[in-house]
Amino acid sequence: MIAAALQALGSHWRRHPLQLATLLAGLALATALWSAVQAINAEARASYARAATQIGAGGLDVLEAPGGPIPLARYVELRRAGWQLSPVLEGRARLGEDRVSVLGLDPLSHPPLPALEAATEGDPETLAQMLARGGLLFAAPALAATLSATPGLPAVHASDRVPPGLVLTDIGVAERLLARPGQIDRLLILPGQPAGLTPLEQLAPDLQRRPSRTGTDTARLTDSFHLNLTAFGLLSFAVGLFIVHGTVGLAFEQRRAMVRTLRALGLSLRLLTGLMLGELLVLALIGGALGLVLGYLVAAALLPDVAATLRGLYGAPVAGGLSLRPSWVLGGLAMALTGTGLASAQALWRMTRMPLLSAPGLQAWAQRAARGERRMALTGLGLIAAGVAALGPVKGLIGGFALIAGIMLGAALLLPPTLGLVLRLGRRFARGPVGDWIWADMRAQLPGIGLALMALLLALAANIGVGTMVSSFRLTFTGWLDQRLVSELYLTARDDAQGARIAEWLIPRSDAVLPIRSAEFTVQGVPVTVYGVVDHPTYSRNWPLLEQTPNAWDRVNAGAAVFINEQLARSAALWSGDDVQLAPGWTLPVAGVYSDYGNPTGQAIVALPALLAHASAVPNRRFGVRLDPGQVPDLIRDLRTAFDLPASALIDQAGLKAQSLAVFDKTFVVTGALNLLTLGVAGFAILTSLLTLWSLRLPQLAPVWALGMTRGQLARLELARSVLLAAITALLALPLGLVLAWALLAVINVQAFGWRLPMYLFPVDWLRLFVLALVAAGLAAALPARRLYRLPPTELLKVFANAR
Amino acid sequence: MPARLALCLILTLLAGLPAAAQGFAGMGSTAAEGFSSPGPETRLTFPHDHGPHPDFRIEWWYLTANLTGPDNIDYGVQWTLFRSALAPREAEGWASPQIWMGHAAATTPESHYFAERLARGGIGQAGVDTAPFEAWIDDWRMAGDDDLRKLQLTARGTAFAYDLTLSAQGPLVLHGRNGYSVKSADGQASHYYSQPHYRIAGTLTLPSGPVAVTGQGWLDREWSSQPLAADQSGWDWFSLSFETGARLMGFRLRGARGDFTSGTWIAPDGRATPLAPGAFQADPLEEATVAGRTLPIRWRVTLPERGLDVEVSALNAQSWMDTSFAYWEGPVRVSGSHGGRGYLEMTGYE
Amino acid sequence: MLLQIEDVTKTYPGARPVLQGVSLSLDAGQTLALTGESGSGKSTLLHLAGALDSFDSGEITLCGTPLSGLDDTGRAALRRSRVALVFQQFNLIPSLTVGQNLSFHARLAGRHDPAWTHELTDRLGLGDLTGRYPEQLSGGQQQRVAIGRALAARPDLLLADEPTGNLDETASAAVMALMLDLVRDSGTALFLVTHSERVAARLDLRAHLRGGRIA
Repeated sequence: MIAAALQALGSHWRRHPLQLATLLAGLALATALWSAVQAINAEARASYARAATQIGAGGLDVLEAPGGPIPLARYVELRRAGWQLSPVLEGRARLGEDRVSVLGLDPLSHPPLPALEAATEGDPETLAQMLARGGLLFAAPALAATLSATPGLPAVHASDRVPPGLVLTDIGVAERLLARPGQIDRLLILPGQPAGLTPLEQLAPDLQRRPSRTGTDTARLTDSFHLNLTAFGLLSFAVGLFIVHGTVGLAFEQRRAMVRTLRALGLSLRLLTGLMLGELLVLALIGGALGLVLGYLVAAALLPDVAATLRGLYGAPVAGGLSLRPSWVLGGLAMALTGTGLASAQALWRMTRMPLLSAPGLQAWAQRAARGERRMALTGLGLIAAGVAALGPVKGLIGGFALIAGIMLGAALLLPPTLGLVLRLGRRFARGPVGDWIWADMRAQLPGIGLALMALLLALAANIGVGTMVSSFRLTFTGWLDQRLVSELYLTARDDAQGARIAEWLIPRSDAVLPIRSAEFTVQGVPVTVYGVVDHPTYSRNWPLLEQTPNAWDRVNAGAAVFINEQLARSAALWSGDDVQLAPGWTLPVAGVYSDYGNPTGQAIVALPALLAHASAVPNRRFGVRLDPGQVPDLIRDLRTAFDLPASALIDQAGLKAQSLAVFDKTFVVTGALNLLTLGVAGFAILTSLLTLWSLRLPQLAPVWALGMTRGQLARLELARSVLLAAITALLALPLGLVLAWALLAVINVQAFGWRLPMYLFPVDWLRLFVLALVAAGLAAALPARRLYRLPPTELLKVFANAR
Repeated sequence: MPARLALCLILTLLAGLPAAAQGFAGMGSTAAEGFSSPGPETRLTFPHDHGPHPDFRIEWWYLTANLTGPDNIDYGVQWTLFRSALAPREAEGWASPQIWMGHAAATTPESHYFAERLARGGIGQAGVDTAPFEAWIDDWRMAGDDDLRKLQLTARGTAFAYDLTLSAQGPLVLHGRNGYSVKSADGQASHYYSQPHYRIAGTLTLPSGPVAVTGQGWLDREWSSQPLAADQSGWDWFSLSFETGARLMGFRLRGARGDFTSGTWIAPDGRATPLAPGAFQADPLEEATVAGRTLPIRWRVTLPERGLDVEVSALNAQSWMDTSFAYWEGPVRVSGSHGGRGYLEMTGYE
Repeated sequence: MLLQIEDVTKTYPGARPVLQGVSLSLDAGQTLALTGESGSGKSTLLHLAGALDSFDSGEITLCGTPLSGLDDTGRAALRRSRVALVFQQFNLIPSLTVGQNLSFHARLAGRHDPAWTHELTDRLGLGDLTGRYPEQLSGGQQQRVAIGRALAARPDLLLADEPTGNLDETASAAVMALMLDLVRDSGTALFLVTHSERVAARLDLRAHLRGGRIA
């Protein structure tokens, strides 16, 4: 009996292969976009975790000197006091053509590192080579290959146990590569300290003890980025589910008669429900599996850019390769199952409530629609209110996303009621019987196509919102670059000594030589890079200050005040007039806050003499040079011959701006790609709805045709109707998109990056998107319209004769 | 401590310890790597030779002490500083090829505590100075006057610490021929001298609390570049102080081609007589399982020419130094023809 | 001659011929009953007469217009202005109310006469139902609306294909009586496909189809 029932149920799919394909495609798309984002996130997180185990110190506390490195002698002094410490020196260095992170450590005292253990296991001489005169660099295979080809470097050992973009080496080699002899950045406090040691606070009051930050730092910085991706993945998933909902609903609707017959033949409702659940399970697994394959391909295509972003923006060690994780496969399938369940719940519920014998409806479709719309409007308003309310108690990025989720979902639910209202209004202006009918018909169609339109609304709003955010950001960023990168030439010397010689050489050959010097401090437990600047109008004229106090530059130049960047201002709640403690005994009032879109961390600016007075060993290798832009190429050539500088040590302003913008654009490549994919899915959702509504459409169209309209007219009207609905939806998506943009700029960005951006409007983009939406809707309607146009009259006539 | 890592390091570098006997085959041609070789014509000069010899591959300052507490309980203390060179030179900063390793231990009849330190040369974390004398790694120190007659010795680990005052009651003792000590029939040798005459007083701090201790100590100084023959897998080394005031240093190098024994008889007045190869005999009487391996913990030691026939037994059979390279090092009791105390070191038992 | 059918044949692809040389004619104001077995081609002939479908050979002339020369648009125009149709079911536009359905064809044909529509509404007993939607009506009510809509457009020819086929006997008789009365009163010609001898007997002319030919 079960076999017979299954055959009967399955025959539906055989007779409607397109419906089956649509259902699977919807499931696959939803799963694909979601899994793609998950795969990217998982890969990045795995990279962080791997990096943490590869170069981390197992959560050991560290000692740091505020405002500068720890001298080697200080380390020896503490060792000789009995403290078991391990020195670490790290920094960025250009090795050949690559700019890499160099991590120098003492392999004798450092906790075990996988790369070293593996290497010494393979060849016991490795460690001797590492400590011997030439030294040994450990790097991931890709980097190792380029480093090996670079002359003048120590031997290179390729190890896949070193994070990408990082060179691991002995501290003695690192201090040469980084030109920082005798310096240590931090001391790991090792486990198993001897008894009876003099406390560190007493021995080294100048050093600060803090928990290890390796790994957690990256995670903290990139969390917001991954949350952004996840939110986008979820949106895509939701949009995909609209398709599933539509097809499953139709399949159940069309099998009502069959279900009734089967039940009349004695099949229990419980068994039937079970069979249909089983059928859905199988479909979900197939669709989910297809989605996983698709998602893997999408992720593999997007990951290199994401990895580049994470490396460029956050210095996070992420490789561009994707690996397949069982947890990801299971998660994707679970998501497909959950999604199918969600999307099918309504249809299943309806089937279980279906009476054995049908009775004529007492309520007209118009009344049902109106009631449904009222319910949706109330729920929608409730969701929006809840989203807004969540912003208060739920802090941080989660609150921001709760706000966005509330507004987006609420607005989606408000769409059908709003469309209903617009269509009622439109009907008032309709002329003639056909016009009357079209408006009424659209209104009647709304419950069927409403979900697809919701998907379109969400996709369009996301496009407008994210597009506005990115474009605003880019505009602001470009303007900010213009203000920030004023010097015509930027150069990096090999070491301080060469820096001093170059600066001297440049003085008669340029308008001004502006040293770029900085040291690391800690403000409220957060690392802050403090820059020391010389008193020069370059800064006071151009620096992008968001707010300032009177005579701000005079006070800063006099060493009596400090400028802080917006990130620091927001994270530490410090604004003009507040005092900020940069180091014990060094507290300055904030003279102003400047915008800073180059990095996600805190920064401050003080007068150079003030910095030098409070920080030890501030490198003096980087300079900005002011001169006539026309002379830049000549000066670069002269500098290179006079000081034997590599090409990479000299970057002109245009080059630097181009590099910065390239990093910026990479950051949003993924966003753009996901945006477009979401819109594609929404277009597909419309197509699905129209296709699934197809068989229900005929009884509506046949009478009109019989009364004297051609199939061509009707087909054109079908097309127009779809485009019109899309147009109204697109118009409604605009304000929603702008609200979303506002939320992204004013709430999410502040939480994620620490800066708030001005919002710019891009009407041309909207117009393009509007046209795109119409094209998508038109394309989606074209297929059913063409089918209608080609339909033999006999098919239409069957409507009037067949007992249905 | 990164035990496995350091183990690899030490196995590679520290040629002096037989635990790595298999690895020694490649270490034979020391000249090629520029290291000096011990020579029989070398005359030791002090205080210069109390200091390091960076052109030799390995070197140690090795002090063991038999101590007694107020309740007559016996204790043993070890303080060792090893130097191992990647290249025969010294340099400033991290560029130095000298690696230093410290081992400290305190042994009671029931317990054995030990600690290890590693350090790079060139930065001041470890080293040996001669004027005045100071050997140190981290906060562990052995320091005193130029001629090593008065020394202050400190070390501490997580569970123990000691602070001892040493004063020499006799002269330095040169082993072998003028401090040229042959280690195999093939002629492997080291420079080797001792100060076996220390009287000691001080404090030994154990988990149970500080103990005032007194006793006697023995300092060994040895440096070489190729101390073992290719076939030698380990050694058993004895430093015994008898109630008569006489002392005996004897060792047995176990090799595939037969054992090689040698030693020095030290008269109560400090006069040293090198023992002919084979004169010193040491035979295991009883074995025990220590750290998963079988080691002799009771020995019969004989030196017929001095009428010596004694039984040497470990104070604590579990005196296992589970350091980067592991070995047995602990205090012993001597009974038989001569009574006394001393230290036993056993390496190369796998 | 309002409707002239001459030697018309019709074959659906892959099937036996439905009509094989059928000829019929109908004058203005005349009523014709077409009877025949199920599958004899009654509905097809009616569809062809109503310019709903094309035929293979022969000719149908409706209000002086030969249908064979018409394209889709021409046939639609003819349907709009000259004929009205009442089928067995699903005549009504679901998204429009009864009132809107009633006037729809007339407005489409450009002949909307509110007074006439109102009279029809009254006579069909639909006065209280104009605000409802088709799905809220019983089958008999739906068919009455369809008849009202057809006649409101004042067509030259009313084509009805078993308009009461889905109704029970009482309702069927009532609806048929109403329709015939209204057709007579409005002077509209009627081409009625029916299987009821009783109904057929009440009409002016009568034709019987058997195996695709007039018997």
